[in-house]
Amino acid sequence: MNKSRWGLGIIITISTLIILGCFYTPYDPAEIRVSERLQAPSKVHWAGTDHFGRDILSRIFVGGRISLLVGVAAVALGSSVGTLLGLWSGFKGGIWDEILMRFTDGFYALPFILLALLLATVWGPGVPVVLWAIAAGNIPIFLRLSRTQALKIKAELYVEAARALGASNLRLLWAHILPNIRSTLLVQFSASLAGAILVEASLSYLGVGIQPPQPSWGRMLREAQSYASLAPWAVWAPGLFMALTIIGFNLVGDDLIDKR
Amino acid sequence: MGRYLGQKSISFILTALVVSLVTFLILQVLPGDPARLILGTEGSPQAYARLREELRLDQPAGERYLQWLFAFGYGRWGTSLRYGLGVRELVGQALPLTLTIAVLAVGSALAAAIPAGIYIAVRPGNWGAKGLSFLVQIGMALPQFWVGILLIQFLAVRHRLLPAGGREGPLAFVLPVLTLALPRAAVLTRQVRAGTKEALTQDYVRTARAKGLPERVVLFKHAFLNGVFGVLTVAGIQLAQLFAGTIVVEQVFGLPGLGQLLLAGVFQRDLPLVQGIVMVVAVLILLLNWIHDLLLALLDPRLRYD
Repeated sequence: MNKSRWGLGIIITISTLIILGCFYTPYDPAEIRVSERLQAPSKVHWAGTDHFGRDILSRIFVGGRISLLVGVAAVALGSSVGTLLGLWSGFKGGIWDEILMRFTDGFYALPFILLALLLATVWGPGVPVVLWAIAAGNIPIFLRLSRTQALKIKAELYVEAARALGASNLRLLWAHILPNIRSTLLVQFSASLAGAILVEASLSYLGVGIQPPQPSWGRMLREAQSYASLAPWAVWAPGLFMALTIIGFNLVGDDLIDKR
Repeated sequence: MGRYLGQKSISFILTALVVSLVTFLILQVLPGDPARLILGTEGSPQAYARLREELRLDQPAGERYLQWLFAFGYGRWGTSLRYGLGVRELVGQALPLTLTIAVLAVGSALAAAIPAGIYIAVRPGNWGAKGLSFLVQIGMALPQFWVGILLIQFLAVRHRLLPAGGREGPLAFVLPVLTLALPRAAVLTRQVRAGTKEALTQDYVRTARAKGLPERVVLFKHAFLNGVFGVLTVAGIQLAQLFAGTIVVEQVFGLPGLGQLLLAGVFQRDLPLVQGIVMVVAVLILLLNWIHDLLLALLDPRLRYD
């Protein structure tokens, strides 16, 4: 059984739907039709309608866009900063290495959500809170990972040989160390994306993430909870999409781990 | 042992200082003028001046940080701006509920994960093990609040088997604890499986089998103890995740714990309250990690002789 093929299949399917959603949705995701409120899934509304009569499937597509965009942007930012700092720290060592390690320890005691709540107190709820909390939270993860790898590879003979041939530090990092840790970083990237989607949804559910009228998966569930006994489909549909996306990223990460 | 403990203690103190610095920088320096932030556009000049004095904003940031840090260390955690009560009293009222849920969740997650993980490691091809692995994969991916809402819908509203939150009787804790424990149990099961699997390939397990010990003894006396070790290591790192989970679960079930208090503080821009709670939580996480390191050293002689 090839796990990553399943994972990739899921990710590609959902991304395609979300990209299609940029150009076409079955209904206007923001259009309120009181006469059609709380309708069960049918041929007209595949995933039913919510308490304002808005089409849930259209809202899922549009809501997924922002979840994925914020997740990818935040993880890309956090991973590149973290990796660069980690490589440098592991390669150079010394007092800066010590200070950076203490800071990463500190961030381990501040989970993403706590960091986001701190930022939300100052900035007010919204997308920047989610973006910066996920980016900042990923820095120590990638820093630690690339630092350990850099320490290990630094001692290898081929690195020593390259250094003896007169390669500069930058060249050593770029041509010898980075290619060796690429697969490890990719695994973590996939796992971090799964985490980012989960964190974004949790924050939006708590009310400090993405704000209405912009639809988001977490926010849809927050609203659906209050009328869940009248319209259980409003809870099922966004949750299922979210869970599938996360499973997809987890599967890709898992398979890469198994291969090594 | 002494050196190991000393190292861990120093790292505990340094890390707590880093957290306090980050918290202070975000809440007190990032906004520029915290008094303006708290009052918004509505405050009168008199209220503004009073608040500036209360928060000691005329003093330089470095001095304020040190004053706050020492006051916090001596147990003076300040006064909540919205509730007018001491932050310490407020935290003291909310903490027991949060801790109860967290401890129960860790306990039940471990109770489920250890047998499940060993089973998957010992009988990997079996249908039961495959089913459990599948459940683990699902358990890690399901958003906690979604599971919570579905559990309320199914068990509390439709079938009326359990109360949906509230605090009447021990049954009220079942659903929140279940929701909180589920993802923890999934992650821990994977860890037990990996630990046991690795232990089963070790020489001492082969020796134990070769000298004819029954498989039961080999599994539980030789492989299991080493498998559990991996779990303990991860259980420590998971504390931070666990607390993040309680914030969400308290919101789902409407439980008045520390998470709800923190959220109220965030929405009302109650800086002293938020600052106090974040510090308490971070120090608690670090303290538990320190105890956890200590326990590891007691269990593993390799750590004691450095």
